[in-house]
Amino acid sequence: MADTLKLEIVTPEAVIYSEDVDMVTLPGSEGEAGVYPNHVPLMTKVQAGELIAKKDGAEEILAIGEGFAEITGDHVAILTDNAIGSDAIDEAVVEEARAKAQKRLDEGGDISEDEAKALTQAILYSQAQLKVKRHRR
Amino acid sequence: MPSTRDIRRRIKSVKNTSQITKAMEKVAQAKMAKAQQSAISGRSYADLMNRVLGEVVTHAGDFDHPYMESQGSEKRALILVTTDKGLCGALNTNLLRKVSDEFVAPDTQIISAGRKGAQHATRAGWDLTAEFSFGDPPSISEARAITKVAVELFESGAVGHVDIAFTNFINTITQKPEVQTLLPITEIKGVSAGVEGEETSEDLSGGTTEFLFEPSPAAVLGELLPHYLNFQVLQILLENRASEHSARMVAMKNATDNANQLIKDLTLEYNKLRQAAITNELLEITTAQMALGN
Repeated sequence: MADTLKLEIVTPEAVIYSEDVDMVTLPGSEGEAGVYPNHVPLMTKVQAGELIAKKDGAEEILAIGEGFAEITGDHVAILTDNAIGSDAIDEAVVEEARAKAQKRLDEGGDISEDEAKALTQAILYSQAQLKVKRHRR
Repeated sequence: MPSTRDIRRRIKSVKNTSQITKAMEKVAQAKMAKAQQSAISGRSYADLMNRVLGEVVTHAGDFDHPYMESQGSEKRALILVTTDKGLCGALNTNLLRKVSDEFVAPDTQIISAGRKGAQHATRAGWDLTAEFSFGDPPSISEARAITKVAVELFESGAVGHVDIAFTNFINTITQKPEVQTLLPITEIKGVSAGVEGEETSEDLSGGTTEFLFEPSPAAVLGELLPHYLNFQVLQILLENRASEHSARMVAMKNATDNANQLIKDLTLEYNKLRQAAITNELLEITTAQMALGN
């Protein structure tokens, strides 16, 4: 029986993270989900938020955008458009992006439902990044 | 009759040209490798997406999604993927000819990705709805922006059909203009990463493990489809980039070869002229000597 999980986070452009970990907490569509080895095979949506990977007692935190997770007994694969490790997050840039998206959303006017949805996602992703970054301190 | 100096000048200028084309050839070669590389780096994403798709498609049963059904409008939209720059042989010309012969009706809405396509559309009086440029290598956010416009047109019922025209990278010397249907999605196929070869999709397999779905297979599939479209468009942009660079590489190689041939011919002519001049001078000297002496 497997006693570790292989956590893989992939975006269309690269594999962001690929390591064996002891436990993963991910932002599922129905709330936060903790995944241990030998989890029941599960396909789920994930929301923008923070993903915590526990490995040898240490925690690693990453911000991910919305996407999908494929969970089996020995691996967790996350399919998302955006993912970033907490070290790579630049707070100022993220804050600016968030403010821009928020402003666009607040102005309302001629934005379509889809655009509003995309903006909300962008804001959620930015917030997740900020949360991850501040968590570390 | 050109003087030796004229010919010398021409040789010099042709030499300069050949140096430039040679450099451009090398640059295109490097960029082509880069485009291929970034297409391959999407492979694990494609694999995972295929796995998820394979699972949900087998479990979703009878599935309906707005992307899969046309709103009934007869109008079509065409995403036209071309290059931004010229000097790449007949790449854009071939694509545009194919497109204008078979796919563009007066009311077809054109979404252009790449400057050459937009220029042509304006010149030909096509209905240019949106214009995009994409980087080198293209990024997912650029692909997303393009897809979004197409999806909006389709969902609002303004068009009933969205095609995408691009140049498929088959190998370094062969690129084929191609038109594929993007929307409505009639059959969900796997996506493939990597630009080489004629196929741009893969077969799906799934159902070996019993998965739970949260919230439900249909919901997961519904959410997956937009990502699926984005990724498809991204791969097409990459295909086009790889085609562009390989076409430019070949075009520049031909240009360099031509320039070198020209240099050879000109040098021959130059030497002939030079020899003729020397012979003439010798003749003059001997005649002068003969006239003076004895």
